[in-house]
Amino acid sequence: MSGKKSLWSDLHKSLFEKNSLILTVGVLVTVSIGGIVEIAPLFYLDSTIEEVDGVRPYTPLEQLGRDIYIREGCYNCHSQMIRPLRDEVERYGHYSLAAESMYDHPFQWGSKRTGPDLARVGGRYSDEWHRDHMRLPQAVVPESVMPAYPFLETSELAFDNVEANLRALRTVGVPYSDDMLGAAVSDIETQLDPFAEDYDGFQERYPGAVMRDFDGNPDLVTELDALIAYLQVLGTMVDFSTYEAEADENLR
Amino acid sequence: MYEILSTFAQTWGLLIFVALFGAALVYALWPRNQARFDAAASAPLTENDTPAMAGETEDETHVRA
Amino acid sequence: MISAHGLKRAGSDPSTAIVLLITVLGALWALFAAAYAPDAAMRGQSWLILGGFLTGIILLVGAIAGGGVVTDEREYNESLIKAGVIASLFWGVAGLLVGVVIAFQLAFPVLNLEAFGFTSFGRLRPLHTSAVIFAFGGNVLIATSFYVVQRTCRTRIAGGIWPWFVFWGYQFFILIAASGYLIGITQGKEYAEPEWYADIWLTLVWVVYLLVFLGTLWKRKEPHIYVANWFYLAFIVTIAVLHVINNLAMPVSWLGSRSYSAFAGVQDALTQWWYGHNAVGFFLTAGFLGIMYYFIPKRVNRPVYSYRLSIIHFWSLIFIYIWAGPHHLHYTALPEWAQTLGMTFSIMLWMPSWGGMINGLMTLSGAWDKLRTDPVVRMLVMSVAFYGMSTFEGPVMSIRAVNALSHYTDWTIGHVHSGALGWVGFVSFGALYCLVPWLWKRKGMYSKALVDWHFWIATIGILLYITSMWTAGILQGLWWRTYNALGFLEYSFVETVEAMYIPYIIRAVGGVLYLAGALIMVYNVYRTVRGDAVEVDENVIDQPALEAAK
Repeated sequence: MSGKKSLWSDLHKSLFEKNSLILTVGVLVTVSIGGIVEIAPLFYLDSTIEEVDGVRPYTPLEQLGRDIYIREGCYNCHSQMIRPLRDEVERYGHYSLAAESMYDHPFQWGSKRTGPDLARVGGRYSDEWHRDHMRLPQAVVPESVMPAYPFLETSELAFDNVEANLRALRTVGVPYSDDMLGAAVSDIETQLDPFAEDYDGFQERYPGAVMRDFDGNPDLVTELDALIAYLQVLGTMVDFSTYEAEADENLR
Repeated sequence: MYEILSTFAQTWGLLIFVALFGAALVYALWPRNQARFDAAASAPLTENDTPAMAGETEDETHVRA
Repeated sequence: MISAHGLKRAGSDPSTAIVLLITVLGALWALFAAAYAPDAAMRGQSWLILGGFLTGIILLVGAIAGGGVVTDEREYNESLIKAGVIASLFWGVAGLLVGVVIAFQLAFPVLNLEAFGFTSFGRLRPLHTSAVIFAFGGNVLIATSFYVVQRTCRTRIAGGIWPWFVFWGYQFFILIAASGYLIGITQGKEYAEPEWYADIWLTLVWVVYLLVFLGTLWKRKEPHIYVANWFYLAFIVTIAVLHVINNLAMPVSWLGSRSYSAFAGVQDALTQWWYGHNAVGFFLTAGFLGIMYYFIPKRVNRPVYSYRLSIIHFWSLIFIYIWAGPHHLHYTALPEWAQTLGMTFSIMLWMPSWGGMINGLMTLSGAWDKLRTDPVVRMLVMSVAFYGMSTFEGPVMSIRAVNALSHYTDWTIGHVHSGALGWVGFVSFGALYCLVPWLWKRKGMYSKALVDWHFWIATIGILLYITSMWTAGILQGLWWRTYNALGFLEYSFVETVEAMYIPYIIRAVGGVLYLAGALIMVYNVYRTVRGDAVEVDENVIDQPALEAAK
């Protein structure tokens, strides 16, 4: 008789087929419990993310730079997570805090260091160094095995639609205000110009954000502008003068 | 909320897990299940080249193989 | 007994209409995306997606016009498995080839060919991992699961046209994902790089896969569900859960390629590694254990060593694996309680893993001579040995003190590849070597000697790979933390990069050997399928089909 059954009548008749159902439900229950008990607490435990001053959402330019960082798969070779081990702290700086990636959708902690950690690369090198490095890494670090990205400084940055990017980020929890969304497109050019008209407004929206032409070519807004803007802000947001690692609320 | 959940996980949750796993263990080690497991274990070795058709009972399938 | 009642033609049934509807809707979406996508990458890729759906529509209309797909309940659906075997071989070679390319790129960065922009390591590495894990591994799993579930349930695969939808839908997913990486479309989460629209498509394909598999179990003619199917089922169900949760994201535009993950920072990290580790646990372990539990008993013609142990193996693996993810985040900003939890369960995992290994190996008791006479058995046994080795190494690396050294280094890469090349690769090759003569009704493989060559070349390749990566990884880990007499760090980072030159070359050579083995296999399969098999392989004769053929 089985020959006349379709998948759907099979499904209907044997919805309570005992063994396969026990198996399916058993697997589902086991797997979900494991996932829920382990992951869920992270979302409402106050102690998951430390109390720090200074972490702000990325500027539109930095966010687009971050998108390029992801597009090129930089995370395949660079971590952004300094562990609290003596050598790492000496090599890269203060160990990473959870708060520093609280607006990172997705996180970019990485899992492999073919190249060095980048969690605090911001401010370590000049814009010119980054520009030369992207053109040809071996020109500044002869032993490097990093690919060259010469096309970044000639590719025009597509940012007409950046407001939609910020809006999507707001949907998943990044506190972009209506002001920030409204000024998103113009903020790209504002950040690239230290003498911009809207200097004060920009600084109010993104306190402490660095404003300058990052790729050394003021005539064109390039992907390199965005990428360097992102690299230069990495690890620079937290005000460590006010952060108390030993405070009760930061003990984890 | 966390207190409630973690208390639950560390008491009842743990018990449920142990019980579930115990049930799987009992099922696997129950002596009377041995015959069934033997039949199941030989399933790949007693295959036929065509599906079993309606009219054939499960016993027949085994005999035929 | 041979009556017409088993014969059925799909084509006029609602299933075909639904598949047609899906392809039409997909094509419409792609058309809109081609016209209105906000980003250039999507405007480019939408043409490929449109082409895929149009091909689907043409094939479906052709099938309907030709009278529909024949479903004969008196036969197993073997053409489906044949397609899966060919797809597995194709993607296997493609994925290994990309792996070799990126291995050489790390030794010789000039090979990144920056003029093109889409051949850099950062874009090719996800292409490699996705191609070998999801394209090769996934196709092997789908093909073998469809074979095993039909045979052990003694019934034709359920669902008429739907299993074909699973097969082609999955290939289409691979194509979308792979082409996306090259033009820079990625979510930026390891092993979960495909963007939201590819993820939705895979979810659809996967749910159908689950229903087809369950449907076949439901119409089985056997009282008991054979244990290999348990592993396959756990793999399908769990991957569905993991995939959906880890890929929750907000698209920037419903016609664009970019999305932002629903979670951020530390929560995103734990979700990702909960996914990532269980992709290893349920995709690369549970699924392939299903292969082990069917193909090893079948090939050596002996029931599994202990069926009871296999049941315990199954449940303890499922219970424990799901908790182990946080060991990927030791010493990070993840709260310490979660790290400890992950480490504890990772160490516990050692027990079920070795239980399973013993069960696989001991199935050979009384037939150990086959290790000498049958290269396919040797391959399967070697795979189980590598399973044992990497499931021993894994728990060791999950200990925080060890992980402090091994994390971020090439040791991890070596560990992954001892599992991937040794366990997953060899058990897949072994299963394919079994399947090809069975499916194409040949007396054996075209050349047993070539199977032997494949085995030895690939084994040497693996050894070169993992030993060079151990050396590289431990050296990196030690040099990064070496202090000189004055209390300063002894080595700059780039000195450790420079020291990788030789290990990276050795690793690439290992990869070349492994690829060469796979190419030998492709040639051997090609000759077998063509009908050039003349040697009678005594290890294949217990297949009923072949008894009849002689």
